[in-house]
Amino acid sequence: MTKEEERICKGELGKGMQEALNLLVAIGDAYDAERMIPISRAHAASSGQEGDLYFVELLADGGARCKVPTSTNPVYDIPFFHMLFDIPKFEANVARKVMEAYRRVGAILSWSCIPYMAENIPLYSETVAFSESSATPYVNSVIGARTNREAAQSALAAGVIGKTPEYGLLFKENRRGTHLVEVKAKLRDEFDYTLLGYCVGKEVGYGIPVLTGISKQPNTEEFINFCAMSNVPGAISMFYMPGFTVEASTVEEAFQGDKPRDKITVMDRDLKEVCGELQTTSGKIDFVMLGCPHYTLKQVEEVARLLDGKKVHDGVSFWVCTSATTKTLAEKTGYVGVIEKAGGHVVVDTCIDEPCWAVYTDKVGMTDSPKCAYYRRFKEVRLGRLEDCVETAVKGK
Amino acid sequence: MKPLSRGNSGMKNSRISLKCHKIVGGCGEGEALVSHEPICFYLTDPKTGVVREKNHELFGKNLAGKVLVFPSGKASSVVQIDGLFKLASHNLAPKALIVKDIETVLIVSAFLVKVPLVDRLEKDPFEIIQSGDFVRVDAEKGMVTVTK
Repeated sequence: MTKEEERICKGELGKGMQEALNLLVAIGDAYDAERMIPISRAHAASSGQEGDLYFVELLADGGARCKVPTSTNPVYDIPFFHMLFDIPKFEANVARKVMEAYRRVGAILSWSCIPYMAENIPLYSETVAFSESSATPYVNSVIGARTNREAAQSALAAGVIGKTPEYGLLFKENRRGTHLVEVKAKLRDEFDYTLLGYCVGKEVGYGIPVLTGISKQPNTEEFINFCAMSNVPGAISMFYMPGFTVEASTVEEAFQGDKPRDKITVMDRDLKEVCGELQTTSGKIDFVMLGCPHYTLKQVEEVARLLDGKKVHDGVSFWVCTSATTKTLAEKTGYVGVIEKAGGHVVVDTCIDEPCWAVYTDKVGMTDSPKCAYYRRFKEVRLGRLEDCVETAVKGK
Repeated sequence: MKPLSRGNSGMKNSRISLKCHKIVGGCGEGEALVSHEPICFYLTDPKTGVVREKNHELFGKNLAGKVLVFPSGKASSVVQIDGLFKLASHNLAPKALIVKDIETVLIVSAFLVKVPLVDRLEKDPFEIIQSGDFVRVDAEKGMVTVTK
């Protein structure tokens, strides 16, 4: 321990810092880390739940402030949703206090699950502490920064101290591939990448897959979807697509000379099967939910293009979740106007897994996100490509 | 101290002490509950401590006040932490946790509710400890004591 760390441990720099460092020390002890190393930024996957509230208030009340840029995950847009719906008082109160405590602790109030797109962007080889299922593999693999699989609290603690224990994926030798995945399925669009992510997560479980057979450079949205979905049925903190991800240019390099622990093939029929597995219904719908993970500007533009000149059916509510940063730009550019004119809503700071949607518990919805379908917060959820979601919203069924 | 005895058989209870590795500090003791499968605290009833995960070997058993012996945690960080936190806020958390494979989410969960967490027992805990044994975990001294 450095002198400064010792002072923090004794509580000389406040109770908040002390608790944060104690947590990092426990994690370091568990993995036999020899030291703490500086991080440049962190992302806390805030959730608006009680456990989350307890820790962030402990730090905020104890006078801790984030030492490095630390962004936050969505909770929900409180003023907006309270105007629309009755939200259970207890849950609303927890959400309000969580958001307030993250402000007090000096976090970046991004309320976005893809902060690496705008509000908090790591660079290649930076050491960071990024929690959140899509963020951890994205920054490790697509950007080539280094982070362990963090919980919201360990990432926040790292943000407050500005350090993390040195273990796991922070070492190159622990970043070697474990499973070889041969992709024989045709990947046409973002939706296929969500299904691919789901397949890979399900087959690999816990590991670092190395994907081959992909011939075309995936775009940003395809990478985001792949990352998010691979962590629904599995725990994928990193992956390789040699040629398209940054750290290894060949399969051999990705495995660092080791042999794959297992080999997996993904065919067209596997993607189809996954899609069927997540599908629960057809016919009439009550709502369409897009933006899990949060939509990028390009995806919001796509929604506007598809809805231009049309009208969402009277019996259907149409939601697009995105970050405040993206919405501001989408408003200026005119996309939000087009979507609202058609009867849709673009909402910020909000995740599909929050109590603000309680009104839909007994309703049937449609989404392009297997993640949204998987957690089954709603009565039934239909899964389809964005175009199909828009078409169904317009027709009502 | 008087030797512990069970009934009037006159047989002494056997007591085994094992070194362990501290992760989250503190002391806790209680009846052992052994699970060979990973545990997700979210899948327990927060108002009783009873495991409600169907097909789990602990289904229907109560975690509250026990010393839990299990291989590892499972499920997303948000649900795992929230699950243990809810149990603790009803005073139904386990008294101590003994695990084989450690991961960050489980460390954070135990840390938040201040339940001692240890691993690396000098002998395989699944061979030594059986459900119903009385177990004391002294994480600070790095010692687990099992009384059969």
